[in-house]
Amino acid sequence: MTIDLKTVKHISKLSRISIEEEKAKKLSNDLNSIFKFVEKLNELDTSKTEALTSIAETTLKLRKDKIESKNIREDILKNSPDANKDFFVVPKVVE
Amino acid sequence: MSEITNFKLCDLVDKIKSKELSSKEITEAFISRSKKSTKLNSYISDNFVDAINRAKKFDSKPDLNKKIPGIPIAVKDLFCTKNLRTTAGSKILENFIPTYESTVTQNILDHGGIIIGKLNCDEFAMGSSNETSHYGNVQNPINENLVPGGSSGGSSSALAAKLTPATIGTDTGGSIRQPASFTGTVGLKPTYGSCSRYGIVAFASSLDQAGPMTHDVKDCALLLEVMSSYDIKDSTSVDFVRGNYLNDLSDNIKGKKIGIPKEYRVDGMPNEIDELWEKGIKIIKDNGGEVIDISLPNTKYALPAYYIVAPAEASSNLARYDGVKYGFRSKGENLIDMYEKTRSEGFGDEVKRRIMIGTYVLSSGYYDAYYLKAQKVRRLIKNDFDEAYKKVDAILTPSTPSSAFKIGEKLNDPVSMYLNDIFTVPINLAGLPAISLPAGHDKNGFPLGLQVIGKAFDEQNILNIAYSIEKNIGYKNNINDWWIK
Repeated sequence: MTIDLKTVKHISKLSRISIEEEKAKKLSNDLNSIFKFVEKLNELDTSKTEALTSIAETTLKLRKDKIESKNIREDILKNSPDANKDFFVVPKVVE
Repeated sequence: MSEITNFKLCDLVDKIKSKELSSKEITEAFISRSKKSTKLNSYISDNFVDAINRAKKFDSKPDLNKKIPGIPIAVKDLFCTKNLRTTAGSKILENFIPTYESTVTQNILDHGGIIIGKLNCDEFAMGSSNETSHYGNVQNPINENLVPGGSSGGSSSALAAKLTPATIGTDTGGSIRQPASFTGTVGLKPTYGSCSRYGIVAFASSLDQAGPMTHDVKDCALLLEVMSSYDIKDSTSVDFVRGNYLNDLSDNIKGKKIGIPKEYRVDGMPNEIDELWEKGIKIIKDNGGEVIDISLPNTKYALPAYYIVAPAEASSNLARYDGVKYGFRSKGENLIDMYEKTRSEGFGDEVKRRIMIGTYVLSSGYYDAYYLKAQKVRRLIKNDFDEAYKKVDAILTPSTPSSAFKIGEKLNDPVSMYLNDIFTVPINLAGLPAISLPAGHDKNGFPLGLQVIGKAFDEQNILNIAYSIEKNIGYKNNINDWWIK
């Protein structure tokens, strides 16, 4: 399994991270060495093993759906890189 | 003033309770030393002015029933602190001011602690040397050319340099225990579900745990008591009765069965580490413990499995950084372009690398081959420990395969950097508690640590075993304040 430039560009698109051409080459090398390393797992027969999805194998507890915070709109909007009085602002999405 | 910073956490608590020292005196002493120690780059943000005001307020009406009354403490910058900038070591959060407090830091405040600052760390806790931080690398107080370990490198550096009497870190694959080992300090990763993850910037949610980093085992027991609580706000928080870790601390390990896993003897490990391990084994035997050889056959598969599971979870957790509601934003021609440029400029190389690994292993056609496979291997690793714990009460291993390495040494070779966590990663995959304590030095005089791994929720037992080793091994840090002119 090798990660070629085309694959790097595909993953870059999926993860919404633009990658410059010269960096893509280096990244493809890094990813290849990492995937070569993780390929060791194929030595193991796991056909009869159940996947471990969570270490805390308990049923999730329910809690009341009630509002705990009050009047934090301004504080929340203050963290936004671009906001007007009441909304987050993003580049135009609809023509 | 300078001698105040030589006291350990429990000593300072005693001195406050006996009114020998005030919170203001202690807080000012650590702040003053922190100000003289900027060369180490341990801090990302300070909270000095606010901290002194809080100390004065504490002194005006001291509540001495608290566990850490009026004690100043600097914390890893991965914990959200209300109204105090929280960056996670990333450019993408350089202006982020949380509107809420993480449960663990809230516990520190509720028990009387005073937060004096936010400590440097690898970006989003992804790294083993603190070199991936957007805010620059951190120096190890042991030697200026050495990394302090990572990802809690600012924490280990600030603690070893006595800029804070104790600190807290987070550990996803070794990020508390490896930096503790590199700086001659104590670090404990609790059982998954012991400390709430609410308000901790998420890296890999099924592995992340917060834990104490201290000068000795006693301090570690106290700080764990402060941090650990059941929290309804974290759905993976476990509702069990927390121990009185400090009160019940005992160096009596008579009859305890300690396992020695042969798979932790790896090629190329320095002799000093082997000797240290033997020394630990001898101490256990001399104190009435029973040493039993065990096997954890799937150990060598832990790191490859981790480097699928952790990036997969990270790629999902870090999808939230889109430049819309908070954090850094880059201008784009349209929404998608804005996302792509924001994330490209806002994240550093290691974080991008891991997001891309994670995206790939979760993508259509590769999920079964990589992610599902890794989760199955994770089950095998957990089974290894379950099997071993039928025979033993705890396991003793080295903390790391080497002492602290040089700054820059492993930066361009991700796999060699990852190999640092070979002894710590299996514990996260199995969700177990483990403590690293300083045990000796290598030939250069750099610290080396031993790790005691416990059964789930058996923190008291590993604290006791570590306490017994600590009392008998006679470790001392040699730090000469070279960074203070």
